[in-house]
Amino acid sequence: MKNELITDAVLVRNYINGDESALSVLIYRHKQKIYSFIYSKVLDRDVTEDIFQDTFIKVIRTLKLKKYNEEGKFLPWVMRIAHNLVIDHFRKNNRMPKFDNAGEFSIFSVLGDDNLNAEKQLIKDQVESDLRRLIEELPDDQKEVLKMRMYKDMSFKEISDVTGVSINTALGRMRYALINLRKVIEKNNIILTN
Amino acid sequence: MAKLYSECTPPKKDNLNPKKETIEFLLNYSKALSVIHCNKLKFEALLN
Repeated sequence: MKNELITDAVLVRNYINGDESALSVLIYRHKQKIYSFIYSKVLDRDVTEDIFQDTFIKVIRTLKLKKYNEEGKFLPWVMRIAHNLVIDHFRKNNRMPKFDNAGEFSIFSVLGDDNLNAEKQLIKDQVESDLRRLIEELPDDQKEVLKMRMYKDMSFKEISDVTGVSINTALGRMRYALINLRKVIEKNNIILTN
Repeated sequence: MAKLYSECTPPKKDNLNPKKETIEFLLNYSKALSVIHCNKLKFEALLN
């Protein structure tokens, strides 16, 4: 109660004259207003804590350097410092935008990285090389059709033209190629997934 | 239903006060900071 009777102006003067406890009174008196003000702008507890601290560091330095001009407006002055630091924070963040998942809308539901990570890339390469080795085990006619269809992306019409067999035969060879591959995979318990 | 384009209201925080550590840091910083006047120049010194 006693503290409330001492005005900010007196406390500031006392602090400048070396009374450290005056600063404590000033901080405790205004901490909630200043902290809430910063939080209402940045909406992040950690950032608020940082800006609150920087605000008072600036206040302390200015007062100790006797650069503060007392006009009975201590709180508005501190608020102005906090406001400027909030602006600095947003300026800095605009150069490097940060997205958080706090809201309903997540930016990552729209933006995604389709590239595989190193581990998945390794698994994919392994699976593909295993599959190539299995294909080499197929009878030549089936292997030929499967390679044309899967690796060269040819239509069955084109395959039939190149190999000189009917489309139905090409289809049949492809079917048997897949059946045989599945059989080998099942028999040897090969896992071909990534 | 019409889409709402306004920003969602931030969750209300009851306990909007700085951490005790932050205030302690500031008070200690204040005690440690001293300004040395030398001729017309001012120097800041942080003493622990």
